[in-house]
Amino acid sequence: MLAPVTDTDGAPFWQYAARGELRVQFCAECAEPRFPPRPCCPHCQSFASEWRPVGGHGRIWSYVVPHPPLLPDYAACAPYVVVVVELVDLPRIRLVGNLVGRAGDPLGAFPPDRVRIGERVRVVFDGDGMPQWVLERA
Amino acid sequence: MVGIKDATAIVGIGQTPFAKHLPEDERTLACRAVLAALDDAGIAPGEVDALASYTMEDTDEVELAKAVGLGDLTFFSKVGYGGGGSCATVAHLAAAIAAGQATVGVAWRSRKRGSGPRPWTNTQVQLPTPAQWTRPFGLLRPVDEIAMLARRHMHEYGTTRDHLFNVALACRNRANQNPAAVMYERPLTREMYMNARWISEPLCLYDNCLETDGALACVVVSRERARDCRRPPVYVHSAAQGLPAQHHGMVNYWNDDPLTGPAWTAARHLWKHADLTPQDVDVAQIYDAFTPLVPLSLEGYGFCGRGEGGAFTEGGALEIGGRLPLNTGGGGLSEAYVHGFNLITEGVKQLRGTSTAQVPGAATCLVTAGEGVPTSALLLRN
Repeated sequence: MLAPVTDTDGAPFWQYAARGELRVQFCAECAEPRFPPRPCCPHCQSFASEWRPVGGHGRIWSYVVPHPPLLPDYAACAPYVVVVVELVDLPRIRLVGNLVGRAGDPLGAFPPDRVRIGERVRVVFDGDGMPQWVLERA
Repeated sequence: MVGIKDATAIVGIGQTPFAKHLPEDERTLACRAVLAALDDAGIAPGEVDALASYTMEDTDEVELAKAVGLGDLTFFSKVGYGGGGSCATVAHLAAAIAAGQATVGVAWRSRKRGSGPRPWTNTQVQLPTPAQWTRPFGLLRPVDEIAMLARRHMHEYGTTRDHLFNVALACRNRANQNPAAVMYERPLTREMYMNARWISEPLCLYDNCLETDGALACVVVSRERARDCRRPPVYVHSAAQGLPAQHHGMVNYWNDDPLTGPAWTAARHLWKHADLTPQDVDVAQIYDAFTPLVPLSLEGYGFCGRGEGGAFTEGGALEIGGRLPLNTGGGGLSEAYVHGFNLITEGVKQLRGTSTAQVPGAATCLVTAGEGVPTSALLLRN
């Protein structure tokens, strides 16, 4: 599987995720959250930022179910569910991820026909510190 | 202010055959397309002083110019963002010629996407920002990225697979009239579409463009010079590029309104500088790497309201005789996928009256580049 190839701006997200924390970059001047992370604030142009913990609850904004041709590791799991999750407490922050039955499940474990836009989900982390999403009602 | 409205014209077009595999290399195909376009215009290679292409084009200006015998170049430009740059190549030449920086411009694209590698399989170049936020989770290909927006459009507006089929069918029907099209002899039915294998749900095989080897080119000159050329001029009436504020490319999930893409930005500039409105457009060549780009573009360029792009396709609207005949050479879905350059040349054919699926009396044509990435568009008239 592809590991995240991070850059200077994105590295803190993955460092926090490896500790089981979901954090998002906020402007340290005007407090506006931004994702994906970037060098300065598009609202106030400040270069000062901080990574604040966010509630790991969201709703499914959209989803796709990829089928081959895919990279070999992904083809082996296909079809699998990729979701865009809108965070409940920060509705303009959305995260791409996978819907799974429980933390650590492989990519293809969740049945695609059970996914609905608008469903409530919460974040969990697998053994490698990758965020995953499980249904709240499960 | 002196603008570019009708200041320049496309006077020559050229293309190679289109196929899944062509034996010649990209550089040779580029040379053939450029020489064909210059011959069509009746302009000698030595008169060319400007070039424009895509940043993804592998044949550079030096290679092309020295091979086909171009003159001294005083303007050369490359546009980024893959198929989003198609119309911008012509727009850059039009701006340069209108501003006096050059007199004869050639835009081109040569690509062996049919027999060459799929770009998304090269994870080394694909993984920097913003890929770290998407690719590890298996959102690997452009089709996955666009399918995410398509699913949301279906959810918000009731767009259906039948709407997307209408797009695929219109393109295929036109390809069935075009002997140069890869899908010339391959009709499409609703049954084939609905039973096709998935690529990325909700998109199936027929929602995806072809993978094609081929090359195309066109020649742009001033309107004065155009009068002396071999073919009737097709004027660049208006042109625009579009990169909206807070846009994120095909993974445009991180702003207030992900379903309002670059088409809206390009369209505002395009219509502002035109004497025409969407109602005046006789035929459209809309970038169709994936079928959902068409309803999104129909909304963005103002042919219908927000969320109405799917419904617009009903009742044969995109067929010859419909409200807006679409991709009359077959488009990227069924003629050839060469980063949208065949949409430009088909627009020229319509306005010359020489298309294989001619819209009677066509006088105006909208050509668009890829929606979902920083884009561009041309409004052509004869």
